[in-house]
Amino acid sequence: MAGGAASGGSAASDTYRQARNWLLLPSWLVLVVFVLMPVCVMVIYSFLTKEFRGGVIWDPTLAAYDQFFFDRGLFGDDDPTLQWTYISIFWRSIWQAGLATILSLLIGFPTAYYIATRPANTRALWVFLITIPYWVNLLIRTVSMKFLLRDEGPLNDFLMNIGLIGDPLHIINTNLAVQLGLFYSYLPFMVLPIYASVERYNFTMSEAAADLYATKWTTLRRILLPAVKPGVIAGCILVFVPSLGAFLAPDLLGGAKNFMIGSLIEEQFKGNAGNWPFGAAASMVLLTMVMVILLIFARQQRRGGGEQ
Amino acid sequence: MSSTTDVKTYAGFRFITILCLFILYAPLVVVTVYSFNASESITTWGGLSLRWYADVFTGPESAKFQQAAFNSFSIAIIAATIATAIATAAATAIVRGGKYKLRGPSIGLISLPIMVPEIVLAVATLIFFNSIGFTRGYMTILVAHTAFCIPFAYLPIQARMQGIEDTYEHAAMDLYATKAQAFRRILFPLMMPGIISGFLLAFIVSLDDFIITNFVKGAGVETLPTAIFGSVKQGLKPNIMAISTMLLGLSIVMVTISYFVSKSDNTK
Repeated sequence: MAGGAASGGSAASDTYRQARNWLLLPSWLVLVVFVLMPVCVMVIYSFLTKEFRGGVIWDPTLAAYDQFFFDRGLFGDDDPTLQWTYISIFWRSIWQAGLATILSLLIGFPTAYYIATRPANTRALWVFLITIPYWVNLLIRTVSMKFLLRDEGPLNDFLMNIGLIGDPLHIINTNLAVQLGLFYSYLPFMVLPIYASVERYNFTMSEAAADLYATKWTTLRRILLPAVKPGVIAGCILVFVPSLGAFLAPDLLGGAKNFMIGSLIEEQFKGNAGNWPFGAAASMVLLTMVMVILLIFARQQRRGGGEQ
Repeated sequence: MSSTTDVKTYAGFRFITILCLFILYAPLVVVTVYSFNASESITTWGGLSLRWYADVFTGPESAKFQQAAFNSFSIAIIAATIATAIATAAATAIVRGGKYKLRGPSIGLISLPIMVPEIVLAVATLIFFNSIGFTRGYMTILVAHTAFCIPFAYLPIQARMQGIEDTYEHAAMDLYATKAQAFRRILFPLMMPGIISGFLLAFIVSLDDFIITNFVKGAGVETLPTAIFGSVKQGLKPNIMAISTMLLGLSIVMVTISYFVSKSDNTK
């Protein structure tokens, strides 16, 4: 509170103190009614009984979660065992999202680093070039990938023309296609936060390390990487989290065999399954996972901020 | 000099950067090139032609695409406008409102649509509209888009506003301007670049959205992405490439405008 004037001023900056509640009102109204309340209603729905062909009956039950986690046999009276069908879909989603994250880190880190070490005037142009594909419609980018990876597609054409392969590679409708799709969809998310971290990095630290006869790779590993870790973690989260709940890549590139959580949820509402409480419960499991990841991340960031 | 640059550069990083840009752009370039394909099939190249562009506007599916385009653009314009107005008001309160209890929760609430996975938000919105008996259609898409566009409009506005010192408004008020006048004549014009890029980003986000629209749209109401998706599910056709290329071009133009608007104010 003291020294408000010197810091540019908490006292000076509350110009809109009287009006602030009115200014906030529209955003609260819209977001509480159309985002927060829907999520709460979804939580309630996950505890209700399903009605045939969509919808619910107001009869509270844990059936949806039970169906998700446990298998009670065909007639529902066996001893419960873990439900591998859905757990394996979740596991595949985590695995696919994890691989896409690693792949985009391998490409994204050097890219971000290279861009951040360019002279200031060309740096903006590089960042701009990375940003553009990020703002191009995700659906169109996924369709482009589908077009490219087809058996008779340009990629196979090219590889056969240069004589690298004799027969077309079958990529579409495999796990690999989904992975490439996820990697392609979220790669810019990896580059931008790492770029921001490296740009703030003080390179005199690397020079000091070099003066002490550290090799370049040692400097990268021991000095630079710990310093830009928050950016790397942010990039990984920004790729992993949307990949986990992705719907378009598994649906358009993976085909029916390579289901992920997003497809499982979608099927309950739009497809033939029509089990709303189960879809809501699956969404809850996904949401909980994402929130846990974000909480761990927030704690890490706070700890990182405290050290500096 | 050479020793300082030496510490910074790593062999191969330049190559990976070029590879990264190649990966990002190659599929888009391929689709653009094939949208000018004269051939009936997407597999064989039959020379340059604009026939698939003509097909989008006059072909058998043109009525469907025109209706979808009208829905997409009208929803994007209305949703982005409302979201930008709401975000501008919220940013004013959050950046200029001093310290108060509602500040933290307000920031949390605004970032909520970005934190919640899109498919979860889509499911929640569908369930919500269903539970209150709101018939799905054009209005449900519009309302849902308005809500989830708010954070995208908010971020550039807030960033811009934090860069404006409040001494200008204080000077105006010292000269007997009222708060409303100081806002309208001083702060608002200075915020304009942030507001424009906020609007453009919200517009693109709404125009491009597939997942939420797919869940909350009613039967028979399509936007461009849902129409494209429906068409692609039946097989890739050349006219989809033409529509995709047009949307691609539009996104690039909008992002470029947004980039130069926000860049121009840094030099002032």
